[in-house]
Amino acid sequence: MTPLAGFLLVAALLFSIGLAGALTRRNAILVLIGIELMLNAANLNLIAFWRYGPHPEALTGMMFAIFSIAVAAAEAAVGLGLVISIYRHAHTTDLDMMNRMKG
Amino acid sequence: MTVVFYILAAMTVAGGMAAMLLKNTVHCALAVTVAFAGLAFLFLDLDAQFAGFAQILVYVGAVAILVVFAILLTRGSETPKDGVASKHWLAGLVIAAGVFAVMGWAILQSAAVLPHEMPVPAVTVLDIGNALVTRYVLPLEIVALLLTAAMLGAVIVALHEKEAAQ
Amino acid sequence: MQESISFTPQLITSPLAEMLWLIPALPIGSAGIGALLKQSKRKTAAALAIGSMSLSLLLALAAFAHVLGSWAGGVAARETVNFTWIQVGATSVDLGWILDPLSAVMLVMVTLVGLLIFIYSVGYMEHDENFTRFFCFLSLFAGGMLAVVIANSLLLLYMGWELVGLTSYLLIGFWYQRPAAAAAAKKAFLTTRIGDVFFLLGMVWLFAQTGTLLFYNGGSGSMEHTALSALLAQPATFGLSAAGAIGLLIFAGAAGKSGQFPLHVWLPDAMEGPTPVSALIHAATMVAAGVYLVARVYPLMQAGALTGGTTTALTVVTWVGAFTAVFAALIAVAQNDIKRILAYSTISQLGYMMAGLGMGGVAVGMFHLITHAFFKALLFMGAGSVIHGSHEEQDIRKMGGLKSAMPWTFGTYAVGMLALCGFPLFFSGFWSKDGILEAAQHWSVARAPFYMLVFGALLTAFYMTRQVAYVFFGASRASKAAHESPRVMTLPLAILAFFAVALGALGTPAWPWFKAFLDGHAVGFGLEGFAEPGLLALMATSTVVVFLGLGLGWKLYGGKSPQPEQPDVLESAVPVVWGWLRNRLCVDEFYGVTVIAFYGWWAKVSDWLDRRVWGGAVAGVAWVFRGWAEFNRFFDNTWVNGGFDKGCEDLATGGGLLSRVQNGRAQTYLRILALAVVALAAILIWSSRA
Repeated sequence: MTPLAGFLLVAALLFSIGLAGALTRRNAILVLIGIELMLNAANLNLIAFWRYGPHPEALTGMMFAIFSIAVAAAEAAVGLGLVISIYRHAHTTDLDMMNRMKG
Repeated sequence: MTVVFYILAAMTVAGGMAAMLLKNTVHCALAVTVAFAGLAFLFLDLDAQFAGFAQILVYVGAVAILVVFAILLTRGSETPKDGVASKHWLAGLVIAAGVFAVMGWAILQSAAVLPHEMPVPAVTVLDIGNALVTRYVLPLEIVALLLTAAMLGAVIVALHEKEAAQ
Repeated sequence: MQESISFTPQLITSPLAEMLWLIPALPIGSAGIGALLKQSKRKTAAALAIGSMSLSLLLALAAFAHVLGSWAGGVAARETVNFTWIQVGATSVDLGWILDPLSAVMLVMVTLVGLLIFIYSVGYMEHDENFTRFFCFLSLFAGGMLAVVIANSLLLLYMGWELVGLTSYLLIGFWYQRPAAAAAAKKAFLTTRIGDVFFLLGMVWLFAQTGTLLFYNGGSGSMEHTALSALLAQPATFGLSAAGAIGLLIFAGAAGKSGQFPLHVWLPDAMEGPTPVSALIHAATMVAAGVYLVARVYPLMQAGALTGGTTTALTVVTWVGAFTAVFAALIAVAQNDIKRILAYSTISQLGYMMAGLGMGGVAVGMFHLITHAFFKALLFMGAGSVIHGSHEEQDIRKMGGLKSAMPWTFGTYAVGMLALCGFPLFFSGFWSKDGILEAAQHWSVARAPFYMLVFGALLTAFYMTRQVAYVFFGASRASKAAHESPRVMTLPLAILAFFAVALGALGTPAWPWFKAFLDGHAVGFGLEGFAEPGLLALMATSTVVVFLGLGLGWKLYGGKSPQPEQPDVLESAVPVVWGWLRNRLCVDEFYGVTVIAFYGWWAKVSDWLDRRVWGGAVAGVAWVFRGWAEFNRFFDNTWVNGGFDKGCEDLATGGGLLSRVQNGRAQTYLRILALAVVALAAILIWSSRA
C-alpha cells in the first residue's frame, strides 16, 4: 500500500469516528468535538494529497488546510458560545431534550 | 509506511476513539487534544511544517482549551443518568460505519493508481507568506472578516447571556 | 181505447214555436238574477219570480191558442225546432223543443198552477227570513219543469229532469237547519237518483240503437216509425224487444220521480219542506213529470202492440200503478199528519195515472194528471192555510172545528176534497177517474186492476172524509184559536177551486174534448157518448163506491171530536192492521235493514280497502322510497362522507407520521444527512466505476 493510501485510510477512519461520535453522543459539546475531529480528518486528507500531489509548490493543499483550520477555530468558538447560551436557557446540554424545533 | 507513521496513526485514532467513547466529558476533551496532537505530528511527517505548528497553536492551544472551558461552564462533567448515548445510537453507529465502508472501499479500489514516492517539496514559510498575500489574499481577507464576525458574534451571544442572567 | 194516429207534421214552424224556448228561459233567468239579490230585497225577488212566471203563462197561453187554432182547423199540429248540440264525426247529439197538444196543455197547467202558488207563497213565506232564496229556487224549479215539458230531445228532457230533481232537493231542505228536513232532502234526491240511473241507461241504449235522442225529427226521430221498427226487431232479455226494454228502463226513472212503489219512500218525507213546495212540486208538477215522460215515450212503450192488445211494458206500468194506488191509499188511512195524508194520497193518485196510461192511453192518464194537479195543489195550499191559521200545528188530532174559524179555507178545501174523492158529476175528479176505471174495465189482460182501483177509490173517499172530519168538524182541540189566512193566500185557493170543478167539463163522455185534442181528431157534443155499453153502470158503481166511502168515514169520524190521546176508532177495532198501516207498512224500515245496511257494510269495506289495501300500497311505495332514501343516506354517510373523512384522516395520520421526522433534534437531522451522503457517494462511485 502506498503511503498516500495509508494516510487516506487514517483520515477516513478518523472521519468516521468523529461522525459516529457526533451521531451518537448525547452531550452537545461532544457533538462539536466530533465535528472538530471530522474537520481535522479532512485537513489530513488535504495535506496528504498536497504532499503526494503533482505540484506541491503551488501550495494549494497547504493553504486550504490553513484556512480550514482558521475557519474551524472560529466555528468552534461560535458553536461553543451557542451551547453555553442554550445551557443557560435549558439548563442542560442533553441533545435529546432539545426538540423545540419539533414539527 | 514507516513505523513512525503507524505509531502516530495509532495515537491519533486511539485519541479519537477515546474522545467519542469516554463517559466523562473532560476526559473526552483531553483525549481529543491527544488526537489533535497526533494529527499535528502527522502533518510534520508529511513535511507540512507550517500546517503542523498551526495545528498545535490553534487546535491544541485554543480550541481544546475552549472546549474544556465550555464543558466546565455547562457542567458537562456530570454524567447524565440515562447514559451517554442518545436514543437510536445504533443507527448513528451504523451510518458512520457505512460512511467508513464507502470511503475505505473507494480508497482501496484506487490504491493502485495512487502515487508511491514523491520528492519532498521545498516549501519555506516565506513561500507560504508570499502566497498568502499574493495568490490567496482574497481568502485571507475573507477569513479575517470571518474571524472578526465570529469574535463579535461570540461576544454578542455572551453579552445577551449576561443580560438575561441579570 | 187506444188509437195510434199518425200526425201530419207541420212543415213550417211558426214564430211562436221558434220562441218556445223563452218559456223555461224566463224563469231560469229570473232565478239567476234572484241568486245575486240580497236577502233584504224581498219585493224584488217576488216580483222577479211572479213576473217571469206571468210572462211564461202568457206565452204558454199563446202557444195553446195557436195549437188550438190548428186543431180547430183540422190540422194535427206538431211543430219541432231541433238543433245540433255536439257533433263528433258522423254522430251528433241534438236538442230541440216541440209544440204539440200534449206539451201545450202541460205548459198551460204548469204555468198557471205555478203562478198561483207563487202568489200564495208571498203570503205563506212572509215571516220567513230566507224569502229571496225561496223565490230564486222556485223560479229555477219552474224553469226546469218547463224545460221538461217542451223537450223534443230525451237529453234535454233529462237535463230538465235533473234540474227539477236538484231544485226539489233544495226546496225540501229549505229549512236546512232542521235535521229532519236535511235528511228528507237527501232521501228524495237519492231515491229519485236510483230511478234516474235506469233512465240514463235506457237513454244511452236508445241512442246506441237508433242514433238519435230526438222524439220527432221529420221521420227520423226515435218515436217515429223507422226507429221503432228497428227497435222492435232487436231482441233483448226476458222475451222483450229492445223497444220494450228501453221503455221499461225509462219507466223506472219515471217511477222514481212519480213515487211509484218501491221508490215512493221519499214523497211522504218530502213534506218537511214548506207547504207551497209540497203543493207545487209534490202534487202538481214534478211528480207529474214522470207521468208526462211515459206519455211522451208512449209510442216506444206501445210499439209492437196488436190492435186491441198491449205490450209487456205497458202491462208492467199498469200493474205497478194499480198496486201503488191501493198500497198508498191503505197507508193514508192511518196517518195523522195533515200533509202526510195528502202525500200518500198523491202517491195513490199517481198510481192511478200510471194505470190509466197503461190501460187507456195518453189522453186518459193525462186528463187525470191535469185535474189532479189543480185539486191537489188546492188541497195542499188549503192544508198550508190550515197550518198557517193553526199556528204551525200539523197533527190533525190537535185541530178541529176550523169550519167556522176559517170559512174560505174550509169551502175551497171541501171542493178539492170532493174532487179528489170523485164526487159524481160536478167535480173534475169524477170524470178523470171514471175515464181510468172505464179503461180498466175493458183491459184485455186482466180484471184485477179494475177491482184494485175501485177499492182504492173507496179508500180515498174514506181517508179524505176522516181528514176533513178531524180538521174542520167537531170541537176545537187546539191550544190556541185559529184564524183565517190573508187574502193573498185564499184568493189562489178560490181560483183553483173553480178549475177543480170546471175542468171536469173537458172530459165528459158527452164532449170528450181533451181526448180529441190530444189524439188529434174532431169532436162534437153529443149525449150519445153516454150510451156506450157499460158506461152508465160504471158511473153508477163509482158513485156508490164514493158514497160508501164518504158514509163510512162520516159514521166513524163525523161529528165526533176525539182527544189526541185517545186511540183512533179503527185502531181500537183492528189494532194490528192499524199498527202496520200507521208504520207505513214498514217499507222504510225494510230498506233500512237491507239496502242501507248493505250500503253501510259496503262503505265499511271500502273504507277498509282504502285504508288498508290502497293505503297500504301507497304506504308500501312510500316505504320503498323511504328505504331507498335511508339507503342513500347510509351510503352517503358511511361511504362517501366516511370515505372522504377517512381519506382526510389518513392524510392527517400520514402527515403526522411524516412530521415525526421533524423531531427537532439536530442529531437526527445529522444522521439523515450522513445517510444521504453515503448513498450519494456510493452511487457516484459506482457509476464512475462502471
